[in-house]
Amino acid sequence: MKKIIKYVIIDILRNKIVLAYTVFLLLISITIFNLEDNSAKGLLSLLNIILIIVPLVSMLFSAIYVYNSSEFLELLVSQPLKRRTIWLSLFFGLSASMAFAFFIGAGIPILLYEATETGFMMLGTGLLLSVIFVAIAMLAAVMARDKAKGIGVVILLWLYFSIIFDGLILFVLFQFADYPLEKIMVGAVAFNPIDLSRILILLKMDVSALMGYTGAIFKDFFGAQTGLIISFTVLITWVVIPAWLSLRKFNHKDL
Amino acid sequence: MKKIIYIAVLVLFAHNLSAKTIRIGKMQAAKTIQQGLLLAADGDTVLVEPGHYHEKNIVINKFIFFIGINHPVLDGDHTYEIISIKANGVLVDGFKVIHSGISSIEDYAGIKIYSCRDVVIRNNILEDTFFGIYTQYGTNCTIEKNTLVSFSKEEQQSGNGIHCWKADSMRIIANNITGHRDGIYFEFVTNSIIWRNISEKNMRYGLHFMFSNNDAYISNVFKNNGAGVAVMFSNHVKMIHNYFEENWGDGAYGLLLKEISDSYIETNHFVKNTAGIFMEGASRIQVEKNVFEANGWALKIQASCMDVTVVHNNFKGNTFDVGTNGSLVLNSFNNNYWDKYEGYDLNRDKLGDIPYRPVSLYAMIIEQNPPAMILFRSLMTSLLDKTEKILPSLTPENLKDEHPLMKPLPL
Repeated sequence: MKKIIKYVIIDILRNKIVLAYTVFLLLISITIFNLEDNSAKGLLSLLNIILIIVPLVSMLFSAIYVYNSSEFLELLVSQPLKRRTIWLSLFFGLSASMAFAFFIGAGIPILLYEATETGFMMLGTGLLLSVIFVAIAMLAAVMARDKAKGIGVVILLWLYFSIIFDGLILFVLFQFADYPLEKIMVGAVAFNPIDLSRILILLKMDVSALMGYTGAIFKDFFGAQTGLIISFTVLITWVVIPAWLSLRKFNHKDL
Repeated sequence: MKKIIYIAVLVLFAHNLSAKTIRIGKMQAAKTIQQGLLLAADGDTVLVEPGHYHEKNIVINKFIFFIGINHPVLDGDHTYEIISIKANGVLVDGFKVIHSGISSIEDYAGIKIYSCRDVVIRNNILEDTFFGIYTQYGTNCTIEKNTLVSFSKEEQQSGNGIHCWKADSMRIIANNITGHRDGIYFEFVTNSIIWRNISEKNMRYGLHFMFSNNDAYISNVFKNNGAGVAVMFSNHVKMIHNYFEENWGDGAYGLLLKEISDSYIETNHFVKNTAGIFMEGASRIQVEKNVFEANGWALKIQASCMDVTVVHNNFKGNTFDVGTNGSLVLNSFNNNYWDKYEGYDLNRDKLGDIPYRPVSLYAMIIEQNPPAMILFRSLMTSLLDKTEKILPSLTPENLKDEHPLMKPLPL
């Protein structure tokens, strides 16, 4: 398994896209922190990158990588190796390189310029988001045999998680404005890892505003020790469930 | 006893002679304060030596200087009001006043001034008192350099730190107030000054004004109080160079202004409050040269306000700059620095060329639908905000800063 992971990582490095992504993140983060006169504004810009670019790149790259290595996968399957090992190695290789790219590209500037609680929360959620969207992309890739369809699905999923889901929530909030929705909203957020990460970061960043009426409910839940543990458990579930589903699918897939 | 009466009579008749000093302590003739006070006449100094005195209610009804050496402890045994001042010109200096009674019918206080003038209360430590220093019908009194600490857990079990009711020309200077219901409470108090006090961690308001006109509070710190500072139903109040910090929660405001008029808010710092200033029914207020930093809402101006002028302030790192609840705007904003301003300055006059709209669409949405806060800073809401900036529809058309500053003011 180690050997395959190593091979996958070397292959990804050779491919240079991930390197370019790392450099891109690094450049953007350093520019942001140097340009803005107060680091709070820098963090805000970085928040958008983490919530938009990280999922998009993680998903697209992983999906394309899985499709492009289909021949390699076939070769590996013909060897005396468990399919489980092959698939998990691919998953670990991909998520390790995406997470590492994020850590170098955004994590190091965060640690250098903004080593606060907000910074650490951004780093943690960014790393988790990288891995979550690798898992989701792999699930999409294993479900759709056709490459164009698979990548299309990935892009749609990204749109769903970053815009459509929020639109639906806003719609529900206004349609049912007369009902107490705060607790339901806290539950609903668990269905979107991007939203969950955003709120975890917001609680560190905009704490004064969030201490208002509804905010107090969010704060009570997400800010408390148990809420924090639950939130991170949910985020990890977002890694485990897609990865497990894709593994099950891959085990029975006719290559 | 006979001797004491004799002396007292003598003293009474000799009051126009030079004042004397009476010492109270274990080794002195007067062992208790009550004894000592009987001996004293107008103009005398009563010195109390260190010790722990259980003296029930100490009533000072003569013009004396009542001074503690090294903070002797006056204990009210959770039953009595400790010092009651009923004469003009009394000085109370250097005591440690603890454990006053608690009552829901009477306002027991550590030190209470009853209808007199020119009283000075300074350098005292008050701990675990119901009300701390209470003035009713006081005139020209000074309350200075006292430390007031209360440990109660409920509002009903706690009184105000410095409480002034129907007073005039009061000076409240450099006191430290913690853990009371309201740190400083003013009701029907006029021509008074509150200067350099620190009021923090009080249960309700750090400072509470009701029906108090022509007062000023300057260079105070109000930090981490249950609901910040409230100035209500007053006019001609000057608020200068105060610090309002970390007042968090629903209904907590750095500064709450309700039905107030003709007032100045200048060179204050509002930092990390849920709402920096909340105004309701305020009119003719000048908000100038203040710093608003890292608040949830820097300013919440309800549509019921008019002629509020907001000029030359710095707005930095606030989640929302201005919130309002309607489209009617009778207030003016000009020449403020907003860190969210994205305009340009082509003619280099240090003023932005396009107006800044401090009310964002999302601030309006949250005003109508608070749970929508959950979507704040998501991609979709940023898009909504951007479209609103180009084509304002929900945000009040007239609420804008015509000439925002490009660089923050050095405040």
